[in-house]
Amino acid sequence: MTLNEQVEKMTDIMASFIGYTAIHLPDDVVSKLRELRDAEDDPAAKSIYDMMFENMRLASELGRPSCQDTGLVQFRIDCGSRFPLLEQLQAILVTAVRQATEKTPLRPNAVETFDEINTGDNIGTGAPSISWNIIPAWNGCAISTYLAGGGCSLPGHAAVLMPGEGYEGVVRFVLDRIAEYGQNACPPLLVGVGIANSVDTAAQLSKKALFRSVGSRNPNEKAAKMEQLLEDGINAIGVGPQGMGGKFSVLGVHIENAVRHTATLGVGVSFSCWTHRRGDIVFDKDLSFTTSTHPGFTYEQ
Amino acid sequence: MNNETERCGRKMTKIINEKTVLSTPFTEEDIRSLHTGDVIYITGDIATGRDDVHIRVVKEGMELPVDIHGKALMHAGPIVRSTEENGFEVVAIGPTTSMRMEKLEYDFIKEAGVRLIIGKGGMGEHTAEACREFGAVHCVLPAGNAVVTALCTEEITGVEWLDLGMPEALWSIRVKDLGPLIVTIDTSGKNLFEEKKLKIADQKEKQIEEICKRFESVLLQ
Repeated sequence: MTLNEQVEKMTDIMASFIGYTAIHLPDDVVSKLRELRDAEDDPAAKSIYDMMFENMRLASELGRPSCQDTGLVQFRIDCGSRFPLLEQLQAILVTAVRQATEKTPLRPNAVETFDEINTGDNIGTGAPSISWNIIPAWNGCAISTYLAGGGCSLPGHAAVLMPGEGYEGVVRFVLDRIAEYGQNACPPLLVGVGIANSVDTAAQLSKKALFRSVGSRNPNEKAAKMEQLLEDGINAIGVGPQGMGGKFSVLGVHIENAVRHTATLGVGVSFSCWTHRRGDIVFDKDLSFTTSTHPGFTYEQ
Repeated sequence: MNNETERCGRKMTKIINEKTVLSTPFTEEDIRSLHTGDVIYITGDIATGRDDVHIRVVKEGMELPVDIHGKALMHAGPIVRSTEENGFEVVAIGPTTSMRMEKLEYDFIKEAGVRLIIGKGGMGEHTAEACREFGAVHCVLPAGNAVVTALCTEEITGVEWLDLGMPEALWSIRVKDLGPLIVTIDTSGKNLFEEKKLKIADQKEKQIEEICKRFESVLLQ
């Protein structure tokens, strides 16, 4: 394959994959929703879960986006320093988003700030957003996609607390946000919490947490325990599906942490709706790929 | 339609297969007979309108280009595609966060004469006041179910203000048995989400205390 052919192939695969993730939820999210539905006692909440499963079935059957808000596309990339298309990757992803917008179709959501004009193709200044991580001496590339909807992006929040406020301050920060805005953000929610030194690092980690597989745990035992305590506590608040009451409020709580300055305690929280459209795809140097989130995804040239 | 169709005492309301179906235009009597927690379906004409439509009508004083008196407004930005016959079709549609429109909704309801608002999540005191005063209700349609909901649409009958972009434009859509719509603010001003929110706030304090107490022992390990 020539370089141009390789670029075209990867662009095409990524455009198809983004479209596929708008239609089909990842396996871990579907399993979690099934678990919540089966354990729910409230008949009204149960009927909302049933509607979600009916929608997933119809979206797959008709090949339509499961939610009309297909969000803004966000990528997290672990790219090997020896991946043959490293230099072209940025342009590939931009073109893939444009193609996916037209073909799937996705809703055009990108509005240029100050100009206040919808660009029509989900491309614009800083869009799609791409978070890079270069892996030395690897020739593959792992790309995670996320369609960040408006409703669940709205309650996102970050601040720097005084260290004296401690973990109690973190707990209050997260629960205040859930109590104030959780009902409107399409619960049961996936909650990402970032704990670090400043607003930017905390906010970035809170979003990174949403890219983890639902139900995974932070490798630090104490952080993992906090994830479980937050999950149980937020569920006990009884937000329920669509905020109308029920046994569960969340799909899960993920915490990502880093060092803090001795004088600061940065905390950020990001949310994702029940229709959490995340995808993981890993390419080798020949552009063969595997995807753990969407094993049903195939690509035909 | 089927043998189980019956008319209620209300003018535009029918019970079909145990579903309560209201048709547009809604009468004030129809709407005032609804209570929070009721589950209904609607058939007829709706218009979509979210942030920018509200801003144009309420803040910029522009005249609403379609008459939605007695009809339904849906806080929604659909995915729409062009058809070969020069028209449009709904690919996916669902409600957006209603609370974003809260500050402008009183004046919008007053100006547009709309009787039923469909959205996601709760609305506040401005909307509840308009519902009381002008005879309107706010309903929640379970969100994220854009294909189920798209299949309740029959035809896009018009589009205005497309310069605002696809999500913000004012789409006129004919729907059939659109629902389930759960009444969350009724004409007495009763507000289901505000009631739930108070319970959540109360629970929140208890849970913060509980989590912190249990985490304290984790930190000491």
